[in-house]
Amino acid sequence: MKKPIISLDSITFRYPNSVHDVLKQVSFSIHEGEWVAIVGHNGSGKSTLAKLINGLYFPENGEIHIAGIKLDNSTVWDTRKHIGMVFQNPDNQFVGTTVQDDVAFGLENHGVPYEDMVKRVIGALKQVKMDDFLNQEPHHLSGGQKQRVAIASVLALRPDIIILDEATSMLDPHGREEIISLVRQLKEVQGLTVLSITHDLEEAAKADRIIVMNDGEVFQTGTPDEIFKLGDELVKLGLDLPFPIKMANTFKEQGVPLQGQYLTEEELVIELWTSHFKK
Amino acid sequence: MMEKMIFGRYIPADSIAHRLDPRAKLLFVFIFIGIIFLANNGWAYGAAAAFTVLSIWLSGVTIRFLIKGLKPVMIIIAITFVLQIFFAREGDIIVDLGFVTIYEEGVRQAIFISTRFLLLVFMTSLLTLTTTPISITDGLESLLNPLKKIKFPAHELALMMSIALRFIPTLMDETDKVMKAQMARGSDMSSGPLKDRLKAVVPLMIPLFVNAFKRAEDLAIAMEVRGYRGGEGRTKYRLLKWHGRDTLALLSLVGLTVLLVLLRG
Ligand SMILES: Nc1ncnc2c1ncn2[C@@H]1O[C@H](COP(=O)(O)OP(=O)(O)OP(=O)(O)O)[C@@H](O)[C@H]1O
Ligand SMILES: [Mg+2]
Repeated sequence: MKKPIISLDSITFRYPNSVHDVLKQVSFSIHEGEWVAIVGHNGSGKSTLAKLINGLYFPENGEIHIAGIKLDNSTVWDTRKHIGMVFQNPDNQFVGTTVQDDVAFGLENHGVPYEDMVKRVIGALKQVKMDDFLNQEPHHLSGGQKQRVAIASVLALRPDIIILDEATSMLDPHGREEIISLVRQLKEVQGLTVLSITHDLEEAAKADRIIVMNDGEVFQTGTPDEIFKLGDELVKLGLDLPFPIKMANTFKEQGVPLQGQYLTEEELVIELWTSHFKK
Repeated sequence: MMEKMIFGRYIPADSIAHRLDPRAKLLFVFIFIGIIFLANNGWAYGAAAAFTVLSIWLSGVTIRFLIKGLKPVMIIIAITFVLQIFFAREGDIIVDLGFVTIYEEGVRQAIFISTRFLLLVFMTSLLTLTTTPISITDGLESLLNPLKKIKFPAHELALMMSIALRFIPTLMDETDKVMKAQMARGSDMSSGPLKDRLKAVVPLMIPLFVNAFKRAEDLAIAMEVRGYRGGEGRTKYRLLKWHGRDTLALLSLVGLTVLLVLLRG
């Protein structure tokens, strides 16, 4: 197994103005090059987790290590360099007045010299196929295009880890698909580690591993196969099962003899049309 | 009417004035505002007017376009002109109708003051017409930079301005959306007595403000995550470049100053 790039050790946290602990004894590790999905009901503490990993808040108890560095007040700007974050609302993370200014914003903050900056801005925009929109203003872009720019802004800073906090939830299904396949492709090429917080279980089904959060605690960790075996338990946590799994369950109820788990529609369809011959 | 108003608007084009460095243009306008007060007779005003016409010509904007676009300002100028004529009480009487008397000095002053006002409005409009708001911001930041020594927050001011500029269209869209949503629920903001209309605006403002604060919070987090920690140690992506033409533009103002001093009586 590769070494962990993010590790949380019994993290407990509450917001200054909240009564209950928002995170309770949360521990997990994420390894280099992994794609991990975090799922959980509204208010289960997913975004809070992301904020803690980024050092926007510090835990009350427990330790966080990013790329081997212990996260605290003095190291937060170093650990942050390893992490890029894309948020839910495409508009509220667009800082620059134009596409290229927005990508340059992070580079300016890090004091990157001008010549280098120009190359990195263009390079990052090419990677997300937005290099034709250099001088476009944000209100002339679609939500999906803005999220691409947000990803470019992150890529320009050359992080090792990308955290997507419901980055696709405000997009239409097509835009959603595009962003996810873009990140997947970038991950393969650059060996990024991806932590994707999502309500879309079909997206989570494609992850290497899923962490299920419930009420500030880690409910279960495992491969998509293992997690979706939980079936009704997930539904009780307020999660929706992916369509192929729901479909397969309905088939089973109707007496169609299906074995195993079908995480994608394709797997299900193949099983359905070949099952006839197996008899 | 709002669409035609050009005060503060940028018109994309590729004139000499468009290509000037924003710092040069800012300095140019500030200096022009200062030296126009040197003019105190017809010749001096004529020279200043000729200079302004030349500047307008170099910016590729037509005077007709300016006058049409600045209609509301023109009306204000016309009103001050009339008031000036009727209220000045110096010099020879030229018209005496009993209930009004118009003095020579009044007419002279009215012409001078309106001309001065007109030239100032034209010149400042040229600045905004030929310079994008973000360039003006960059120019201001650069000009104010020396004041950092006395703790003047030049970088913060410029950042605030650029973020405000970036969010104006977003907030406009949002206003439009909320307004339609309230109208769909029977709110009427465009008719009825003023009091009722003001009341109808409240449910428009509240969601707007709540959302704006939410946006501000999100934006602050997004900025911090991308390494923003104040102006210290930052590099700049938008570089300003001073050319010979910028120096030339400022030199032309020196010429105008000398001319005005010579012409004034
Ligand atoms: N800034 C804050 N101050 C106080 N409490 C907060 C703050 N942000 C979140 N909370 C609370 O912390 C809990 C966890 O919130 P969090 O945003 O992490 O949930 P989440 O899993 O991301 O939910 P969602 O799926 O809706 O995004 C919630 O009960 C929420 O009300
Ligand atoms: Mg959240």
